[in-house]
Amino acid sequence: MTDLLLLEGVSRSFGGVPAVHPLTLSVPSGKTTVLVGPSGSGKSTLLRMMVGLVRPDTGRVLFEGRLLTPASAPDERRRMGLVLQGGGLFPHLDVEGNAALVARYLGWDEARIRARLRVLLERVRLKDDVLGRYPAELSGGQRQRVSLVRALMLEPALVLLDEALGALDPITRSELQDDLRATFRALGTTVVLVTHDLGEAAYLGDTLVLLRDGRVVQTGTAEDFVQRPADEFVQRFVRAQRALPEVTRG
Amino acid sequence: MSGLHALALGLLFAAPVRVGSKVFTESVVLGEVATRALLASSIPAVHRRELGGTRILWDALERGDLDVYPEYTGTLAQEIFAAQVPATLEALGPALAARGVRIAALLGFSNTYALGMKEATAEHLGIRTISDLARHPELRFAFSNEFLDRGDGWRALQRAYGLPQGNVRGMDHDLAYRGLATGAFEVTDLYSTDAEVKELDLRLLKDDKQHFPDYQALLLLREAAATPEVVAALSRLQGRITQRDMVAMNARAKVDRVPEATIAADFLRARGIDSAPPQLPGRARRMLGYLKDHLVLVGVSLLGAVLFGLPLGVFAARRPRLGQGVLAAVGVLQTLPSLALLVLMIPFLGIGAKPAIAALFLYGLLPVVRNTHAGLTGISGELREAAEALGLSPRARLWRIELPLASPSILAGIQTSAVICVGTATLGALVGAGGFGQPILTGIRLDNTGLLLEGAVPAALLALAVQGGFELVGRFVVPRGLRLTGPDET
Repeated sequence: MTDLLLLEGVSRSFGGVPAVHPLTLSVPSGKTTVLVGPSGSGKSTLLRMMVGLVRPDTGRVLFEGRLLTPASAPDERRRMGLVLQGGGLFPHLDVEGNAALVARYLGWDEARIRARLRVLLERVRLKDDVLGRYPAELSGGQRQRVSLVRALMLEPALVLLDEALGALDPITRSELQDDLRATFRALGTTVVLVTHDLGEAAYLGDTLVLLRDGRVVQTGTAEDFVQRPADEFVQRFVRAQRALPEVTRG
Repeated sequence: MSGLHALALGLLFAAPVRVGSKVFTESVVLGEVATRALLASSIPAVHRRELGGTRILWDALERGDLDVYPEYTGTLAQEIFAAQVPATLEALGPALAARGVRIAALLGFSNTYALGMKEATAEHLGIRTISDLARHPELRFAFSNEFLDRGDGWRALQRAYGLPQGNVRGMDHDLAYRGLATGAFEVTDLYSTDAEVKELDLRLLKDDKQHFPDYQALLLLREAAATPEVVAALSRLQGRITQRDMVAMNARAKVDRVPEATIAADFLRARGIDSAPPQLPGRARRMLGYLKDHLVLVGVSLLGAVLFGLPLGVFAARRPRLGQGVLAAVGVLQTLPSLALLVLMIPFLGIGAKPAIAALFLYGLLPVVRNTHAGLTGISGELREAAEALGLSPRARLWRIELPLASPSILAGIQTSAVICVGTATLGALVGAGGFGQPILTGIRLDNTGLLLEGAVPAALLALAVQGGFELVGRFVVPRGLRLTGPDET
């Protein structure tokens, strides 16, 4: 049991307001860790610290045992793939341009890029003909799939998704949840996922980390949250997902 | 040493003698006369017409941007030597020599400053002398801007005669005549050889306190350009132009709208100095010349504005604090009146295209810098994060992501800059840069609408063409993906 990513005593404030209180968190290799919690609980800030987009005020971040610093972050990020809520696709590049951006920058030859794209498109159930389309010509679900292809392009050790499905309609969302789970299982990738949807967290995650006001309230499985809530807040958070018990346990 | 000297003289002789003139008709006619007199002696010469006021011409002469220009003794004494030297030839000769300038010819007439009123008004109010004006404080005055500012101008005159009038404004000399004709004011300064004196039936008020110094017309010649041939050619004009000749030539230019080149050629032919007919380029040739000048002014300054403005805009976006300073600085440049900016360049760059290009360059910076900055800082937080999270180097992010995303804004900035430059470049003619401003300047001076439109219409069309050209360029430069309107892409 190794930790791919380790956050030790990290904290961060914005303009004097603490977003994350000092906390320690490990992300085990090959598993999906879900940061779950209400808006403003600090889960997105925590995710950004993992990628080096936000620098912790205290503590340190270790990725594959190496200290993540502003100097090392750009190189380390090529071993990570990030999918943002809106997809974060560059509107001036077509699908291929977006997905192959870094590979081209690193000097991959075109045959290798083609081959990799073909595998990934099939993996996320996209047809080859989307390659020449621009983000503006894609549906929301297609955009998230392309964004996932871009994140997986360099075979990263870690994939991070920040509310990646949050803006999608329920049907597209559940389809993508299926595809994400299948993809991550097949690739054995380590995943960190941020969501405020406990159902999604339960479906995709091996370990759930429930955050509130920048602090970890409980770590465990969805079942732990339901059966053995750490405090009254966990109970309330579980109960707030109204339809959840009937749907997932029905 | 003597070999070098000969070589230097040879080079001087090969380069055309540059004759300048101020931005009023008599000066242009005299510049034309001097140029043609040189050409008649087989000396290459060019006339840089309508360059501005005394300071600009004199500075250009001292700097070596010009070799010859027509001037007046009184102006030299008052303006150049700040009344430290009397307006006599005996005093001016050595003073000029000390500055490397000589008098190549005394032309034979004087053109003194005078105050003028419409004959009927003056008669009605019983005004004959400048002293008489003191009895009519209600009279409105309008003076040429140069007269308002110069040493022997309005302030000195007001003191000398104790004039009480407070309603005094400055305007272009030629516009002042129009204002006088329409009754916008009653008194203006004028030159005693002006064609309008006769044309508008003006009364010249007697300078009863002999305030205005003598203004004998002469040609100044830079010593370094004073080869024996040039000296000989210009000395043929010595004493050849009478007061009557000058008024007649001014009237032909202003009233009959005869081109100065023709007037000068006719005059020199009548005096037996030059027999060649005037060579006036046809309208098409003329327009092509203006267009070429104009495009060079706009093209070079715009290129500079882009080459400097783009990096400045990137810098401003990368370093928000220093960036505010950069934006403020280029913003201040933009607030300077373009004419002032143009004239401010002359001490550093002389006359001609250079100061105009420098001024246009500074003027064109703001839109490029501001739009580059706006384009880059306007990139959404998510795209910025996505770019950073991909692990591209800052340079790669700039070139592959940020600049393409900002390209519509940057292009719009360059377009604005280009259109501003096309319009502002018309002022370049004031410092001898040519372009479509030249016919506009001449048109205003001669009150010739046709000539004015010859510059104004093409300049406006050029601005439209530039505008359209950039729309076209946008189709190639702005990435296709940015021209699509997506469902929730903004």
